[in-house]
Amino acid sequence: MSIVLKDVYKSFGPNPVLRGLSLEVRDGETLAVVGQSGSGKSVALKHMVGLLKPDRGEVWVDGVNLAHLDQEGLYEVRRKVGYVFQFAALFDSLTVEENVGLGLRRLRGMTEEAIRKRVAECLRLVDLDGYQDRLPSQLSGGQRKRAGLARAIATNPRYLLYDEPTTGLDPVTTTVIDRLIVRMREELGVTSVLITHDMGSAYRVADRIGMLFEGSLRFIGTPEEIRACPDPVVRGFIEGKPELLEGAG
Amino acid sequence: MNTRFLNTRFLQDPLQLVGRSALDTTAQIGRWGGLITATLKALPKVDIWGRLLVGQLARIGVDSIPIALFIATFTGVVMALQASYTFTGAVPLYFVGALVGKTMILELGPVLTGLALAGRVGANIAAELGTMRVTEQIDALETLAYDPVAYLVVPRILAGLVMFPVVVVLATTTGIAAGWLTSLQLLDLSTPAFMKGLRLFFQPWDVQFALIKSVSFGLTVTSVGCFFGFTTQGGAEGVGLSATRAVVVSSMVILALDAFWAATLL
Repeated sequence: MSIVLKDVYKSFGPNPVLRGLSLEVRDGETLAVVGQSGSGKSVALKHMVGLLKPDRGEVWVDGVNLAHLDQEGLYEVRRKVGYVFQFAALFDSLTVEENVGLGLRRLRGMTEEAIRKRVAECLRLVDLDGYQDRLPSQLSGGQRKRAGLARAIATNPRYLLYDEPTTGLDPVTTTVIDRLIVRMREELGVTSVLITHDMGSAYRVADRIGMLFEGSLRFIGTPEEIRACPDPVVRGFIEGKPELLEGAG
Repeated sequence: MNTRFLNTRFLQDPLQLVGRSALDTTAQIGRWGGLITATLKALPKVDIWGRLLVGQLARIGVDSIPIALFIATFTGVVMALQASYTFTGAVPLYFVGALVGKTMILELGPVLTGLALAGRVGANIAAELGTMRVTEQIDALETLAYDPVAYLVVPRILAGLVMFPVVVVLATTTGIAAGWLTSLQLLDLSTPAFMKGLRLFFQPWDVQFALIKSVSFGLTVTSVGCFFGFTTQGGAEGVGLSATRAVVVSSMVILALDAFWAATLL
């Protein structure tokens, strides 16, 4: 059981973003998806949790084709998926505790005490214990991302999707977040998909790295394999050489 | 040849503009209808919106009372003074009470309150939900298995339906009281005379008419605010645009509804 995208196409108005993307996320792995801005990484991630519907193609999560689900069915699938947003997407008017506990309130049989305990546990896991009563506006960028991660793991998901979790962070905080991603896999055993521009992060946390180029998968392999890849498009991206990308397609 | 081409363009462009605007407006109305349908479907999800309703009743209703009463007070004062100015020498002065009462109940109470709340409540809802849209907070709700319509739209629309009539009743009462005090202090009119005028043309149906109007205004302001907030695109500019559109469209619909209710119910 895992996440599979089969020949997915998606356009916004006249602009095609995904053009026949096929991708399989293996059970238990951390897959980093890299690519230039506009290559369709975030759009692909949103398809994996049903926030976007493909114009053509199929998205399977945990053996279920999302196209065949009604709203309630989709919510059932989403309970198995934690999503960490690029800018955390914490609810401004709620405290950190309320933010992290929000998903738990949708689960049946959770008492207030159980929710409070689980929230504290998740905040401890991301080193934010004691921040329960803070509002998102009182947190730094890195703390907000960690609170967003705590919210995503609160319901014990099987899958964790990270949308550029280290964008805009300083190198030290980036390393902290990278270590947390590795910790989530080791301690929770989740399958993870990480969208990033940052090859350093991708090398540090990923079992495999996939590169999107112009809406489809250009390369997928281990960090060692991508380092050795002779494709000029892949080389141009990982070495930051735009001249290698020019004219490629 | 060039002149003919230019003339054709001159005629064609406004026509295209009107046609495109008509199509866009129709599409927007259709999407607004979709939101209303989704709201009705989300009504049974009381476990999601139930906890949030009280907060919205306070924000949409209680917090709007000061501005509504402020507007109503000065409207009542001006109504009494203008009525006295108009009636002097031609109509008995106790008719001031009739004019203030009838106009506040039937028209100015509901409509001025509706327009003021279109600015305060409509813009607030559109800006808040618009910000939530562009910062992916609405997507975050979806990933946490919350129906965003049940969480964000239902409590706001219900609060609008409940609280607009309450605010309108308070504003209308305040406006009439202000007119009465003005009559006593500035027009040399006694309380019994003012009350005689107030009762002269009063019918209980007038109050029901005002309540029907205010419920429809509550639905308009909150649903239009939610609609533009939900469909916000882009960043800060998109949020600003949504807030502006919510106020403009709500105000236009309120005035159109005002005419519609007058034509159908009176």
